[in-house]
Amino acid sequence: MVNVLWAAMILASIVFAALQGDIGVVTTALFAQAANGLAVALNLLAIITVWFGISRIAARAGLLDAVARVIAPLLRPLFPGVPPGHPSLTAVALNLAANVLGLANAATPFGLAAMKELQRLNPRPDTVTPAMITFLALNSACATLLPATAIALRAQAGASDPAIIIAPAAIASGAAMVFVLLVDRWLRPHAPRREP
Amino acid sequence: MGWSAWILPGLVAITLVAALRRRVPVYDEFVAGAAEGVRLGLRLIPLVIGIYVAVGLFRESGALAWAAGAAAPVLAHLGFPPEILPLMLIRPFSNAAAMGVITDLLAQHGPDSFVGLLASVMQGSSETTFYVAALYLGSIGIRRSLHAVHLCLLGDLAGYVAALWVTSLLFLV
Repeated sequence: MVNVLWAAMILASIVFAALQGDIGVVTTALFAQAANGLAVALNLLAIITVWFGISRIAARAGLLDAVARVIAPLLRPLFPGVPPGHPSLTAVALNLAANVLGLANAATPFGLAAMKELQRLNPRPDTVTPAMITFLALNSACATLLPATAIALRAQAGASDPAIIIAPAAIASGAAMVFVLLVDRWLRPHAPRREP
Repeated sequence: MGWSAWILPGLVAITLVAALRRRVPVYDEFVAGAAEGVRLGLRLIPLVIGIYVAVGLFRESGALAWAAGAAAPVLAHLGFPPEILPLMLIRPFSNAAAMGVITDLLAQHGPDSFVGLLASVMQGSSETTFYVAALYLGSIGIRRSLHAVHLCLLGDLAGYVAALWVTSLLFLV
């Protein structure tokens, strides 16, 4: 899916540029966007580095275990194939907590840590597991209590009440999360049986 | 939203105080964790550049604008204002591009207009799905992603429909 979409986007762009008689835009954009991507990736590297450092301190202080004790039992029904107390559930819980609070910068490092831990349970390392699919789905449609970016953009645009969207965004994202979890649950038996 | 600025500093402070009370060598542990972060971050660079190139080309070549135009009648039928389409198409792929589109929508229609409110709610109730899925799966070397990406994109679509529904209900009298 990733491979096909990626190729389709690039091929469509080249065809489009050709049809519009401006094929030069492809060359310009190719390198400009690569440089753009590098800047973003370096920024991401810096954020991940700081968060991995801080979360290691938090782990050694016993804080992650405390978070896991509170949130992980709620996640258990969603991840039946993951053994209780597995570190992946802690990372999943922290990722979701960061998502709910609108801390996108904190969510990504925890999400990557969760994937790394889930991969340890994967009998076939080149194939996604049902637990990973559930996690990705949760991540894509996570209930948001604090849509910080949208509020900031609205404040910048001079909205009369920038935060007025908090309730509707929470309702919409909550509804989407329930829907996606139901579809995931429904698809699960159809996928090849490979727990977790 | 003043208090939200306290979440992150608060978490860091709690972590450090709790660690010091347990006599954790905080700086040494930070460096050890950070080193792991650097290794992971380095592996992400090609993934991020790959996505940026594809998304950037799609936008710069005019393909995005064309796709938005082509999809307009279908989505108008569902009740989405046509102005919102580029946002729906770009949101799963790039957070930065989506922010650009929203800034544009807010400036053109006003943040308190229906389009402005809908765009804001959509931004709050969806994710950079494709980007996140490609990054997360790529970071651990998954090649066979089965229906994972489809499900995530479906999640975004559900978020859009829910956003339209809630926004219409609350703000269209």
